[in-house]
Amino acid sequence: MFFKVHPRLFISVLCLFRAVALAMSFVEYYEVIQDSDVAIIYLGHNSVMPVKVQHGAQTQTRYGVIRHSSDLIGQRYGSKVTCSKGGWVYVLHPTPELWTVSLPHRTQILYTTDIATITMMLDLKPGSVVCESGTGSGSLSHAILRTIAPTGHLHTVEFHQQRAEKAAEEFREHRVSHLVTVRNQDVCKDGFGVMGVADAVFLDIPSPWEAVGHAKAALKKHGGRLCSFSPCIEQVQKTAEALTDHGFEEINTLEVLLRVHDVRTVSLPLPDFGPDSSAHPEPDAMEAPPPAPSQTSINIKTTTPPRELPGHTGYLTFATKPRT
Amino acid sequence: MADNGDDEDHYRIKEGDYVVLKRGDIYKSVQILPKKKVIFEKQWIFLDNVVGCLYGNTFEIRSGGGLQLQNTKTTESPPDSKVAGTDNRNIIDDGKSQKLTKDDIEKLKDQGLKGQEIIQQLIENSATFSNKTEYAQDKYIKKKKKKYENTVTVLRPTCRILAMMYHGREPGKICHLRYDTLAQMLTLANIHANSKVLVFETCAGLVLGSIMERMGGHGTVVQMFPGGGPVRAGVESFGFPAHFYETLHEFPICHLNALEAGILDTFAKAPDAGEKESNMTAEEEDVLPGADPQGDSPEEQRMETVSADDKVQDQKKQEEEKRREAKAQEKKVKQEEKQRKLAAAAARLDGRNADGLVIASRFHPCPVLLRLLRFLSPSRPFVVYSQYLEPLIECYTKLKEQGGAVSLKLTDTWLRHYQVLPNRTHPRLLMSGGGGYLLSGTTVAPEPPAGSTPSEEPAPKRQKLKATEG
Repeated sequence: MFFKVHPRLFISVLCLFRAVALAMSFVEYYEVIQDSDVAIIYLGHNSVMPVKVQHGAQTQTRYGVIRHSSDLIGQRYGSKVTCSKGGWVYVLHPTPELWTVSLPHRTQILYTTDIATITMMLDLKPGSVVCESGTGSGSLSHAILRTIAPTGHLHTVEFHQQRAEKAAEEFREHRVSHLVTVRNQDVCKDGFGVMGVADAVFLDIPSPWEAVGHAKAALKKHGGRLCSFSPCIEQVQKTAEALTDHGFEEINTLEVLLRVHDVRTVSLPLPDFGPDSSAHPEPDAMEAPPPAPSQTSINIKTTTPPRELPGHTGYLTFATKPRT
Repeated sequence: MADNGDDEDHYRIKEGDYVVLKRGDIYKSVQILPKKKVIFEKQWIFLDNVVGCLYGNTFEIRSGGGLQLQNTKTTESPPDSKVAGTDNRNIIDDGKSQKLTKDDIEKLKDQGLKGQEIIQQLIENSATFSNKTEYAQDKYIKKKKKKYENTVTVLRPTCRILAMMYHGREPGKICHLRYDTLAQMLTLANIHANSKVLVFETCAGLVLGSIMERMGGHGTVVQMFPGGGPVRAGVESFGFPAHFYETLHEFPICHLNALEAGILDTFAKAPDAGEKESNMTAEEEDVLPGADPQGDSPEEQRMETVSADDKVQDQKKQEEEKRREAKAQEKKVKQEEKQRKLAAAAARLDGRNADGLVIASRFHPCPVLLRLLRFLSPSRPFVVYSQYLEPLIECYTKLKEQGGAVSLKLTDTWLRHYQVLPNRTHPRLLMSGGGGYLLSGTTVAPEPPAGSTPSEEPAPKRQKLKATEG
């Protein structure tokens, strides 16, 4: 707590005390950037990068260097930061959505469109207990933690030791480790490490049908929701069969795709039809015809789709475990 | 909190609960009230028997509308028909394959036969059933089941279920907001516990309720509403515990100018003429007729005919007076309550430090967005829904011009359902268009007023100053 308190920020600084942790977290907003926060640097259209804020540290951007002690620490999130080359960037408060587009990939990740659908269709809310496997790069994990905080818990299983350790480290850095348990085991063999506690289970593994039994065991006896993400329809087929065999109900497979609309002004030229004789059919209408519109094109505001867009991410299969 | 371990009570349906009835893909939200008749899928039912049962239980509808808990494992035992054809080359549509007539089927129904039994009868009396392929038989049974099965499942309401229900039943009431679009909104706006969210919606309260569910009773929601009061039918359907409502504030958008000018009077009896007027009309409608001679006359006539006894008349008059007084008192209390609420909501807005903004209304989104954005802290997400793309193009353009926001994105989502069955997997139906469009972005600190083009940036503080000066 050695940051300088600007008088204008006095009230917001007071607000900091209402929460448990005294700094930025992925599950709670803070006004002012502090040492050891994770901030998101907004460089421009679709270009963001995360930085670990540290006294004395520097970050290179294409607009020049950012000096953490003077440019970041003590500033408000959302401020414009002028870099050494005179360029500027915005520094943003971290959110799971910004993290998703800036995180270091260790695996293929889930993006916000699928994450949003999964979150709603699994009925996630504050207090939910969720099981997830694999943890992967933690893109979905952060979104789950945001939604289930402050009273829920995430049990996430990753069979790749290095990835599991990296994820656990990130959760600590992002000050959400009190909400999550990372287990380094094979979910298909060893399950989630918990029984009868989950409101929801999420599977993003190559053979989800082998984990359906463990998913069922992890869910509360009062029932709960399950989602499995698979890129291939054969995986979906096998998973749906396994879900039916294990007594899951309301099995439903869907796919959600994001369409981005780029806003732009386009100019549509008007063709020249030549002299218009039909405009004055009566020869005795002696008055001069109105001058042809000088306009040769019309500008309109419209949207265009990007030249290429992701056509498929994966099928989302949802199911309900009935009360047993 | 009531959710630990084997707290059975938490999972039992109680009188007064808001529940959702489900059959197939059809949902209906109702409140459990004793002896209340409910129409669901063209059938009258009474929900008295579901009290004390568990959420997720399925009930059979008995004659007279009573519900009977279905034994859990009697379901889904398809009649074992081992005989099946391989193709349909010999199946001719002569309209005579079903031996049972319409009247016969009605008779079976009247006998109180269960859906399953009627289907069995239909199969036995179908000349072509055994010649159909296995898949066609499956399909036949499924179709009949849908028609004759009369069961209903009682579910606990969630954002998922209510969003699907509204989209299926009354899309017009929620501006055709499809459930996957709503899901995007909640995520893009980073809705979570312990934040302060601004909402402007005319989606029957569905959007507001979804936000409240995601906040779990932690934090603050300020609902900006148009007209006389917020519409919250959809919020009720969520059946939130009472403490959730302590986090909910409401602010009439017609007072926004006054608030921003710093002249909002939250202590006066009637805050502004418009409201006074509307109150007066309401008063005239339901309170004044008693005092009005014209309104009085029918009652007097009736009294004369009923009894000539003066005492009775006096008593009645006294009662009338008492009632009116009580009503006036009640009104006064209500008015004060309203003022207190207004002041509380105004206080929440005054900090101009909201953490998120969600707009989903039938109004033009552009002015709403530009005004409400001023109440957000920097580095906070906002999301605007519109059924149409064009108004969002305008919002996008205006925001680009005035600054104060980055990461602007204009999107919609495309949703496709699949039928997944052995050897019969294919996309089910296409839902493109109709789901609406979203504009999302993140606020940033407004530019300092110095520099080349000082006029374009309506920083909130300067705006406020201007408004008070003018």
